[in-house]
Amino acid sequence: MPRVGTAWVRGDHLGAARVRWGIGRYDYRVAPGLYAIGEPDETSPVLVTANYKLSFDTLRRELGGLDLFVLVLETMGINVWCAAGKGTFGTDELCTRIAAVELDQVVSHRRLILPQLGAPGVAAHLVKGRTGFRVRYGPIEARDVPRYLETRRASEEMRRKQFPLRERAVLVPMELVPALKVAVVLIAVMVVYAAALGPAGTFVGGLASHGVVAAVAVLAAVLCGAVLTPLLLPWVPGRAFSTKGALLGLAIGAPVTFLAQWGLSSLAGWRWVDGAGLSLLTAALASFIAMNFTGSSTYTSLSGVEKEMRRALPPQAAAAVVGLLVWGLSIALLR
Amino acid sequence: MLRYLSDVTTLELDEDLCTGCGTCVTVCPQRVLRLQSRKAVIADRDACMECSACATNCAEGAVSVRKGVGCANAIIVSAFGRRNDACC
Repeated sequence: MPRVGTAWVRGDHLGAARVRWGIGRYDYRVAPGLYAIGEPDETSPVLVTANYKLSFDTLRRELGGLDLFVLVLETMGINVWCAAGKGTFGTDELCTRIAAVELDQVVSHRRLILPQLGAPGVAAHLVKGRTGFRVRYGPIEARDVPRYLETRRASEEMRRKQFPLRERAVLVPMELVPALKVAVVLIAVMVVYAAALGPAGTFVGGLASHGVVAAVAVLAAVLCGAVLTPLLLPWVPGRAFSTKGALLGLAIGAPVTFLAQWGLSSLAGWRWVDGAGLSLLTAALASFIAMNFTGSSTYTSLSGVEKEMRRALPPQAAAAVVGLLVWGLSIALLR
Repeated sequence: MLRYLSDVTTLELDEDLCTGCGTCVTVCPQRVLRLQSRKAVIADRDACMECSACATNCAEGAVSVRKGVGCANAIIVSAFGRRNDACC
């Protein structure tokens, strides 16, 4: 049985930073099986976790000075909560893994400690029936595990999933990267259009004025939807994420877009119409991108998100189309 | 505190089947359920995120919910017939 340390080395820090940006995320795994922390004996507790290496590392980092076993389930490199949602961190895999490592030969007791967020996938009563092991749900956060092991009790606060600023902030890169991938395509199309048909007269002139303003408008939307919405989540009005994104798009994205229009092009004559069209597009995009943060958040339900999407998608699409048309026709026709 | 949309959850609790073991109360990450007079009760329905930790762990089948992940991206991706693994 492999014995693992509890301190993070440089590779663990680098790996964690890497997967937060989505690089090699699904391959960031540890081998499923039983691991020893410290010098466990047959009476030592058994903790269960997922084989996403960041999950495993987050747990073992908290276990310094303790002697126990960690049973790692095969969750295909997915964290405990998401894997429990899919069922890979589940009753079947747990029972199979208990048998595979012959846990009944390793420990004399019949108790397992699972993270509370594994509960959507694991039916404790079925595990007891199939393996004889009694599942106890420990706290949500790894940092509370030592105290739980001491007191055998998780407080109400340990059992409530929180979503503090620090936790929202580490999710921002995974919102930003996919949003930017789409944004780059949209920007390319708009910049070429502005350069070819814009009022500047020359290709380079159009690119440097209206093209750049269009790029600013789209990037402002990404900033509002993928960065500011997660960071400012509790403080932006509205419960629907699309509402929060639209408000940020109007309050921050639209002024930034107008500022760019004023600085790089003009607001004189009909030129303010370009800015108005782009601002509408910015708000629509910000709202849509913000809505995608529902999946990374800790408190949205499927029924809720379905309702939000039914309400938000039509106005988002309408605003984006109208905004694009106004901008496109304005820079091509209004001189 | 962060709250999502009201009046949407599919969570149901059959008090006649409940034996008051308290497992659903323990596993709920949003503290939706509470024990009252040796029975589970839904104390904060609108906080439910339909993760199904409660229903999955109810040996009596007293709790039910349509299990799902509240992820707009996954809903869009699965609408296009692709595998639903966008969020995690």
